[in-house]
Amino acid sequence: MAKVIIIGGGPAGCEAAHQLANQGIDVELVEKNNETGGNLNNWYQLFPDRKSAKDLNDILKQNLNHPKIQLHLGMEPRKIEKNKEGKFLVPLSDGSLLEGDSLLISTGFKIFDARRKEEYGYGIYENVITSVELENMFYNHSIQMVNGNTPKRIGIIHCVGSRDEKVCNYHCSKLCCITGVKQAIELRELLPDTEIFCFYMDMRMFGPGYEEMYREAQEKYNIKFVRGRLSEAAENLNKQLQIKVEDTLVGKPLRMTLDMMILLVGMESSEGSRQMADTLGLNLAPNGFIKSQDPHYRNNNTNVEGVFVAGCGSAPMNLTDTLADARSAAMSIMEYIKRI
Amino acid sequence: MINFWGYSISETRSINYDTNDKSMTEYIARVVPSSKLCIGCGGCTAGCTAGNLTNFNIRKIQMLMKRGENKEAKEQLQKCMLCGKCMLVCPRGVETRKMILEMLNYIKTKLKS
Repeated sequence: MAKVIIIGGGPAGCEAAHQLANQGIDVELVEKNNETGGNLNNWYQLFPDRKSAKDLNDILKQNLNHPKIQLHLGMEPRKIEKNKEGKFLVPLSDGSLLEGDSLLISTGFKIFDARRKEEYGYGIYENVITSVELENMFYNHSIQMVNGNTPKRIGIIHCVGSRDEKVCNYHCSKLCCITGVKQAIELRELLPDTEIFCFYMDMRMFGPGYEEMYREAQEKYNIKFVRGRLSEAAENLNKQLQIKVEDTLVGKPLRMTLDMMILLVGMESSEGSRQMADTLGLNLAPNGFIKSQDPHYRNNNTNVEGVFVAGCGSAPMNLTDTLADARSAAMSIMEYIKRI
Repeated sequence: MINFWGYSISETRSINYDTNDKSMTEYIARVVPSSKLCIGCGGCTAGCTAGNLTNFNIRKIQMLMKRGENKEAKEQLQKCMLCGKCMLVCPRGVETRKMILEMLNYIKTKLKS
């Protein structure tokens, strides 16, 4: 019986495991944390329909209750080898050894460390937070400055760690724009009298319903969008933030004081993806993500025969695309297994 | 601009949002809600007859107004001939003509200084 080893139990790994198991293939799912779900565990509501992240996560988890799926939580793969028969040998951190016909790498992304953009003051000024921390505030239904006050003016900064040569990231993280719009609307619902600004370079509304949501944010929720990249922030004695941007559509520098600043942190290739690339000899794209063999027709294949990639290990993706990519990877793996 | 002994001090070009008067933009947002939908594409300005003959730029003027920079709006708006071509081209359905009329109205009746 064919067996597939999946490294990474985020949404992509869970969905691929479920699809493969339904086709009668044995699956070993390896996850380094003590629960599956990956970055989805840090999210409160999803765009564009505001579905609860937990609900989706629960569905993905329930699907793993399948006789064909073996879950290895809290485990990491050690040095992986491909033997002469073309089987993959994966020793785990507990000393056990998995053997499979194919490998699926679904090691996902990591969030950009906002401290690397020092001029934005994350980790230095107390009212600068990341979009991930804001999700946690939404979870608790409470938006407060560190001193307990309600913020009267909030700025959401797009492209933090994305499209920025200064932090060695040329790529667009793709999701931050729509995340910013979603979070601005959620902020408005909790804070009806607060002025909310988004500072953007381009609004990249790539998915169905996204542009409509952007439009609604402007008209119905009175979110103000300023086209300009933040150059720097400074803190005043009241722990507010003085920011400088150019309002590029006006052609003048703009200064304002914010009570709270939210950094829409981008996505980078995860440590796990890099380790897998290293141990298996996978090619990386210039942006550090795992390189697909072909962007159109063989996008789940890697340069190593039998090793496949799904989800954000290969590029920043939203959940819709991640789950679709996982199903597509499952199909590619089934084709491969039939062939060997 | 202050001039003394041949030297002068330049006023800042920078927009100070904290101190600017935002009453006009609040009024316009209320009476012409569609004005909030502008994405700054410049379609309105490209087709504008007044803009082709003078330095009138409707896209820029309403953006300045939104930041509380009312002086330029006040100086420039008279150049508009209210032909409404801007409204025909706007991809976001902003009622530009109504917005201009309301800006003129506000400047005439309510704007301080």
